Amino acid sequence: MRRRPATFRKFLNTFVVGVSGFSALVGLFFLGWILLEVVLKGASALSIGFFTKLPAPPGVPGGGLANAIVGTILMTALAVLIGVPLGILGGVYLSEFGEDSKIASTIRFASNVLMGTPSIIVGVFIYAIMVYPIGHFSGYAGAVSLAVIMLPVVVRTTEDMLRMVPNALRESALALGAPRWKVTFQVVFRGAKSGLLTGVLLAIARVSGETAPLLFTALNSPFWMKSLFGPTANLTVTIFNYAMSPYKDWQRQAWGASLLIMAGVLSVTIISRLYLRGRNKR
Amino acid sequence: MNTAKIRPLFKHEEGRGSGATFESRSMDSQPRKNITLRKAKARNSETSPKISIRNLNFYYGDFHALVDNTLDIFENRVTAIIGPSGCGKSTHIRVYNRIYELYREQRATGEVFLDGENILSPSYDVIELRRRVGMIFQKPTPFPMSIEDNVTYGLKMHYKLTRSRMMERVEWALNQAALWDEVKDELDKPATALSGGQQQRLCIARAIAVEPEILLMDEPTSAIDPIATAKIEDLVVNLKDRFTIVIVTHNMQQAARVSDYTAFFYQGVIVEVGETERIFTKPEKEQTEAYITGRFG
Repeated sequence: MRRRPATFRKFLNTFVVGVSGFSALVGLFFLGWILLEVVLKGASALSIGFFTKLPAPPGVPGGGLANAIVGTILMTALAVLIGVPLGILGGVYLSEFGEDSKIASTIRFASNVLMGTPSIIVGVFIYAIMVYPIGHFSGYAGAVSLAVIMLPVVVRTTEDMLRMVPNALRESALALGAPRWKVTFQVVFRGAKSGLLTGVLLAIARVSGETAPLLFTALNSPFWMKSLFGPTANLTVTIFNYAMSPYKDWQRQAWGASLLIMAGVLSVTIISRLYLRGRNKR
Repeated sequence: MNTAKIRPLFKHEEGRGSGATFESRSMDSQPRKNITLRKAKARNSETSPKISIRNLNFYYGDFHALVDNTLDIFENRVTAIIGPSGCGKSTHIRVYNRIYELYREQRATGEVFLDGENILSPSYDVIELRRRVGMIFQKPTPFPMSIEDNVTYGLKMHYKLTRSRMMERVEWALNQAALWDEVKDELDKPATALSGGQQQRLCIARAIAVEPEILLMDEPTSAIDPIATAKIEDLVVNLKDRFTIVIVTHNMQQAARVSDYTAFFYQGVIVEVGETERIFTKPEKEQTEAYITGRFG
């Protein structure tokens, strides 16, 4: 038998490793660039006043985005309260009860479509069903629109994570005489815990940068909110407004707000990673 | 309560229904009957089976996996189910606790009587069935929680116990599973940190903690090293004083070592069933002989 020379295979191997490594580096490079740019331009905007003061009119030095920070946190939290339980239960239905039934496939398809829906459409939709009938913009409408965007993300990640739990685990819990709902919430959930948490965090990360839906629902406000019933200040719409303004001060504030959001998303991700790693070790 | 009405001794004599309560009531209130009942049970232990399978057929969608299985399982005996891969051994015992119902495309027809009551009838309470019929699976399946929580999982579901009684039961179950000495100081450690053999014994402890009457073991040692296998085999022999055991195995030496009765399955059909010694020394059917002598399978 004649042997094939290995030179070409070795070359091909080096080539594939090289190309895939390069692609990974390109991704990292842009992430690094964005981070660097945001940090360089945003850091100078951050001060104590940035976190504690209300926005100042253009030309007036100082001022901060305290109301927008609080507004973003409140609306995101409310969106989590609405979107996460619904999404997790939906994922439970798809994975544990609906499985391959017709209704489950329909729901699965619908949530895929919803996941791909441009967020501006969600914003307009909530505008039409909440803002317009009520008559004014509100933080609640903003939270609902964020929840709608979260919902399909949580549904699908929950389903995927629950499906990764081996059936043997379900069977052994059932075999002990546990009813199906207990099996799901006490055993399967524990098995999928880290995955579920990751899904929720992914969803939070996804919505915390959303601007379009808030533009149509929460709008923005230069004042402290009295409640979420009125227009509510938030970071993303502030970035949108400030970055487009001709005022240097406002542009700087926009960079500061961008840095804040990036740092927030990054730290949520890192903290959850650390938490999960600690959990897995024990 | 203590009426003079004559109640049937065995549930299957009066047909199916609420027989279980009749029996336990008469045991509580009429000591004399109690004695006769026990005697009758002792006398009939060979003749009246704990589980009687009659014309059991099983389908995976369109695939007919079990054909007219008829088999008796006797109390406090170990019954081994042997046969080549894919012959329906596991499928067969998965009917005894109706665990197959998890999958909507699987269905069973025929009758499986547990103490005379047909467990396949939709009115039979599946939760109570699974308390009475425990199961050990091929791969150890510790729940992702502590060792203690694993054992108390079924216990808490079926019984109301004080904390101290609960711990007694945990110790008892772990002792029965020959695991107590190895884990007594680390009950709060995650069960997944145990070795494979320990995990499987934990699963046995978890199953027997709810005091089932029957233990189904679906190739319990196939994923475990030889030393741990030997421990589990010893366990099986010890546990039969308390439980009725049905063990599926593809290891014929194991069947010969631990079982009193052996059923040989081939392509979904029970080819031969009898006392283990006879099956292994004087099999009546040619297929059985071919299998146990290693000519196929």
